[in-house]
Amino acid sequence: MLNARRAPVLESVTTAAPGGKPRGRESDRRGRRPWRASLTGWGFVGPATLIILGLSIFPALWAFVLSLQNWDGFSEAQFVGGANYAGLVSDDEFGKAVVNTLGFTLLFVPASVLLGLFLAVALNRSIRFIGIYRTAIFVPFVVSAASTGVLTTYLFSPQYGVVNNVLRVFGLPQQGWLEDQSQAMVVIAIMSLWGQAAFTTVIYLAALQDIPGELLEAARIDGANHWQTFWRVVWPQLSPVTIFVAIWQTIGAIQLFDLVYTTTRGGPLDATKTIVYFLYEKAFKTLQFGYGSAAAYVLFAATLLITIIVVVYSRKRNLEAF
Amino acid sequence: MSTTVLSEVLTSSEYVATRPVDIPRRPKRRFSWWHVVLIPIAILFLLPFVQMMLASVSPEKELVTFPPPFVPSHLTFDGYVKLFTQTDVVRWLGNTVIVSGTAILSNIVLCSLAGYGFARLKFAGRSVGFFLILATIMIPTQLLMIPTYILFATLGLLDGLGAAIVPWLATAFGIFLMRQFFLSLPAELEEAGMIDGCTRLQVFFRIVLPLARPAIATLAIFTLLGSWNDLVWPLIAINNDQAFTLQLGIANFQSTRRTQWDLLMAGNVVATLPLILFFLFAQRQFMATMTFSGIKG
Repeated sequence: MLNARRAPVLESVTTAAPGGKPRGRESDRRGRRPWRASLTGWGFVGPATLIILGLSIFPALWAFVLSLQNWDGFSEAQFVGGANYAGLVSDDEFGKAVVNTLGFTLLFVPASVLLGLFLAVALNRSIRFIGIYRTAIFVPFVVSAASTGVLTTYLFSPQYGVVNNVLRVFGLPQQGWLEDQSQAMVVIAIMSLWGQAAFTTVIYLAALQDIPGELLEAARIDGANHWQTFWRVVWPQLSPVTIFVAIWQTIGAIQLFDLVYTTTRGGPLDATKTIVYFLYEKAFKTLQFGYGSAAAYVLFAATLLITIIVVVYSRKRNLEAF
Repeated sequence: MSTTVLSEVLTSSEYVATRPVDIPRRPKRRFSWWHVVLIPIAILFLLPFVQMMLASVSPEKELVTFPPPFVPSHLTFDGYVKLFTQTDVVRWLGNTVIVSGTAILSNIVLCSLAGYGFARLKFAGRSVGFFLILATIMIPTQLLMIPTYILFATLGLLDGLGAAIVPWLATAFGIFLMRQFFLSLPAELEEAGMIDGCTRLQVFFRIVLPLARPAIATLAIFTLLGSWNDLVWPLIAINNDQAFTLQLGIANFQSTRRTQWDLLMAGNVVATLPLILFFLFAQRQFMATMTFSGIKG
């Protein structure tokens, strides 16, 4: 099966092959010809590395150069230094996009972490139909933003929507939902939760199952009730996961675009215009490549900053706790 | 600390002693109050799907009346008929299958090769290369959109399927996943293969790759989900509706077929059903993928 006698082609390791060369030969050859090992190595990793670095590191550096220029893609590019960044600071539209993005993040991240935790605790038991419950909660995860957008527009339509119909049945006042400036972002957050709950849940579920059973048993024997066991034993054990999930969801939240595009397109009256939506409009609607790139770099910096702050803060707190 | 250990020892013996009494009652489970919590949650999570299915087989008029009937007065497939006759949905579906299929195949080949190289082979520049690839995971796609758009425009890749495929040919996550997997394999098998005279490439294809099926399944699902559902990049790169992906077509309906809810929902069913069925079929692998992309990513 393995073509035992076939002569080695790419890299020769012929030790102890029947009728082959003596042991120790391999290292000799490697020593003499390191380029051969490099050739093999880069033969394996080269294609993928080239594609990934070519489509990320190189464009990332180029984006920075672009952010220092004024360029519409056709005329001559003009070097303007930090003018694009300065422009962002005084741009009210960008300011509004930042506020909207923060608003969504504050709505979405705590809710998604708490919901994930709650669902994981609820699903982490062997009761009847548990498979059905899990499937029900996980299946929205595979639905795309485009489909979720269409679905959201349908369910929350102020004129014919099912949600307003439910309100009507209960005798509650009708709402404008996506057409209401103060509610549109809330609707987007709710539907994001619907689609994303599976992610936080599955991470917490894995973490819950990693908690040693003896720990819970010990707490129970020491007289702790379920509530106390959870908050005093389980919750502290989960804190690394909580930090991770919070960072991950925050990064996702400040990059919100898809669901905005497929529901409100930034409206009503810019109430759901996020940073990425702003960037998309500037770069691909009005062809301000430089200005858009500057906004992208601000977003990147914010992402890095948030990650660093949370990691440093959690390290510090852990040090104080122990 | 010592008291808990002591109590643990005591209770474990106590536990062992009481265990045989517990065993007979195992088959009939007691009613759990968690059902009361979980049933409404499950219904809430499934409701949008139910609404989507119902709307796709409802008469168009009933979808624009208020109050809408909770159940359509009669079933009709008008929405599907309109979808398949008036729109290019079949073509878009085909495009998406081509994009995702190419992405999955290419990721499996390129990422396993690279993952194996980074895990097992020793060569100049290995650490730097791997570090750079990991670093790219931190770069948000929004930062790359503008230069990549300009780059693809220069290369003449825009407005074709190639624009949607190329960014998915290899992923940093895929390399990381495969490398972690290969590191966990014992090296003895490969050494045995080499002793028997196999080349590195033969060892890789005949010994290592067949063992990597679980990791490849994870990689395939990750790539499928990402490439099938991708919206923002095709939105920017493809303006020609012959090269639309399914997601792009669906998103485009929002402006072109605003109130044709039967058609819109039929389109939604066509766009989501393949992934939902696949999820139900391979739920275990999906969950493993989600956990891995979360915990290790």
